[in-house]
Amino acid sequence: MTTVAQAHGLTAEQLEALAHEFEDLRAEIAAQLGADDVAYIRRLIRIQRWAEVGGRASLFLGFLPPFWLAGAAALSLSKILDNMEIGHNVLHGQYDWTKDPGLSSTQFEWDSSCPAKGWQHYHNYLHHTFTNITEKDRDLGYGVIRISGESDWSPANLGNPLYALGLALIFDWGIMFHDVDLGHVRKGKKPWAEAKLSLKNGLRKSGKLAFRDYVMWPALTGPLFLSTLAADALANVVRNIWSFIIIFCGHFPNGALEFTEEECEGESKGHWYFRQILGSANISGNRLFHIMSGNLSYQIEHHLFPDIPARRYQKIAPQVREICERYGIPYNTGRLSRQFGSVIFKIFRFALPGRSSRATPSQREANQPSELVAA
Amino acid sequence: MPVGVVPSRPLASRVLRQALRVADAVATPYGVDRYVELVRPSWSSTEVRAKVTAVARTTPRSVTLTLRPNGNWTGFCAGQHTQLSVEIDGVRHTRCYSMANCATAGDGLIELSVTAHPQGRVSQQLRRFAEKGQTVGLTSAQGTFTLPETEPGHLLLISGGSGITPVMSMLRTRCALGWENPLTFVHYALTHDDMLYRDELVELARTAPGVRLVRIFTDEPGRGDLDGFLSLQQLDRAAPQWAEAEAFVCGPAPLMDSARDLFARRGRSDHLHTESFTLIPFGAAGPGDGTVQFGVSEIGVASDGRPLLLQAEAAGLAPLSGCRMGICHTCTRQLCAGTVRDAVTGKLTTGPDANIRICVSVPVGDVEIDL
Repeated sequence: MTTVAQAHGLTAEQLEALAHEFEDLRAEIAAQLGADDVAYIRRLIRIQRWAEVGGRASLFLGFLPPFWLAGAAALSLSKILDNMEIGHNVLHGQYDWTKDPGLSSTQFEWDSSCPAKGWQHYHNYLHHTFTNITEKDRDLGYGVIRISGESDWSPANLGNPLYALGLALIFDWGIMFHDVDLGHVRKGKKPWAEAKLSLKNGLRKSGKLAFRDYVMWPALTGPLFLSTLAADALANVVRNIWSFIIIFCGHFPNGALEFTEEECEGESKGHWYFRQILGSANISGNRLFHIMSGNLSYQIEHHLFPDIPARRYQKIAPQVREICERYGIPYNTGRLSRQFGSVIFKIFRFALPGRSSRATPSQREANQPSELVAA
Repeated sequence: MPVGVVPSRPLASRVLRQALRVADAVATPYGVDRYVELVRPSWSSTEVRAKVTAVARTTPRSVTLTLRPNGNWTGFCAGQHTQLSVEIDGVRHTRCYSMANCATAGDGLIELSVTAHPQGRVSQQLRRFAEKGQTVGLTSAQGTFTLPETEPGHLLLISGGSGITPVMSMLRTRCALGWENPLTFVHYALTHDDMLYRDELVELARTAPGVRLVRIFTDEPGRGDLDGFLSLQQLDRAAPQWAEAEAFVCGPAPLMDSARDLFARRGRSDHLHTESFTLIPFGAAGPGDGTVQFGVSEIGVASDGRPLLLQAEAAGLAPLSGCRMGICHTCTRQLCAGTVRDAVTGKLTTGPDANIRICVSVPVGDVEIDL
């Protein structure tokens, strides 16, 4: 069986050299981290908090449509910033070097239903270590969507588009249940006791947030109870849909490949870097877009250096791209419409039976990435 | 209070607790702190923080800060210290400093005097850049190096350099309490100009009952009351009744070692109290030397040079781990003391208060981690 690395003509020595180049690049950025990075994240946290305070305040005048809209918009912004550019990045340990307890990955809690510790386990550890390995990376389809031909088809997959829509609307809770991993419990691969604890913690956290958004704040606005509740719900849904889109563009657009467990067994560091690149996809956009996507638009750079502050990804992207060029590794990037368009296509395509062959990489490559750097 | 009696809480406190519960529900998941921080950085519901109200640079190498701590500060006993945190280049650094002011003043202020060491990152930063209005992090007062509760027959306070701060607090507090038994204040400074509180000490020696001041300027022989370093002859001249005194010593390691030696030979070790904040020597040992202390489990092992995660597991502990290659940060623990080397990058990190990924951290010399 030809491995993906072999299909790309990469030898063990080349992979080792690749690892060294990325280690050097990482050391270069790590040495530059300082006051600017801290100032940036603190500014973003201030913007997020003020957006939240402003949004809540605005809803006290929610009987006036402009204030209602402004309130919902401000809350959406606050939740998106908290989850993506702030929460995701802080919880990755990107700011642990500051020794500021407010930026510590072990102490930060975010405005998302999944408790930080649970999310860190399946994201920082499982997802980032086993990125795009079929059956091992549970983020592939999030356990409900058949996102590639690598997994077997069953009639339940006909509901793919509906599951995707449903997941998008409640993505926040989806992430929480993803940590509980009932799928593996059903298959006997995860002890129920462990899942039960995750479920308990998850329900407690999501309960607190739901109480705050759907009971506490609406009640504080008195007669505007329903109006505030609606605005809060809308903000949560907007955050859910937006993060669903960005996250699903991370590893599923055309050109993002999956790997088998066998070919990753005892994998070298160089192969790990290689898999991170080929399993990830970037989205092109302006600076505001990158901030709103938590810099997950630089998914490749993020997967190469998950614990480097995300604001640095834009700066190192040209160097990463140059290294990929030299080693003949495709660098997957494209506009949001194209990347997400290809994901939607896959959701519908794999609702139906049939698969791209898992045995020959050349058939995987038949789905060309949107904007490839010439190898 | 007799066992079994539950004190009733006043109404105001009950209302406040309810209000805080509502505030918590509204401010979840961050807590109220993080919102109030937006407008008042020094406010916190749990952390001790302080605002710098005055900065004085009275000697060429030092800076004296007057601080007003927030409501979480619960006072201190003369001689205790706090851990002050400041941010330099984005990184928070923490150092111990003793309060130098009178512990019974009741004005809500504390005074810290910081001496800038040549390689001291925090001390240099404070000496050069500390300014009024700045907010710093603190901890509650710590330490057992304190003025005794009942007045001893004779108090002997010996200090060197920046070690003057805790004994200065003891002297000021002793005077405020109206104690009058003999007190000898022996201080070692490099030069006359280098000595903190020199004018106030001369004044106290002149006016306060029972206070005797002995100054030694080690770089300026003849300028002080005595010359040279601590020795039996010198101590006999400085404080002839030293063998009957309750002694408190704070200063550089050689001073402390001499004092311990002198008191031990006279069989008076029980009456000598010491405190030191010396810099931890930096990574001189190679990997495989030294011991690893697992502070929480109270296990100590000889280091075998492997990453701390493996050593912990070999010792029968089961710390959380994930990728085991330094990426996911699942295994992050606190380095309480010592130095570790990152096996991937080669970078050295020194405790205390350092978060390290134990799967890639190799101990250099003795270390202690919170496992």
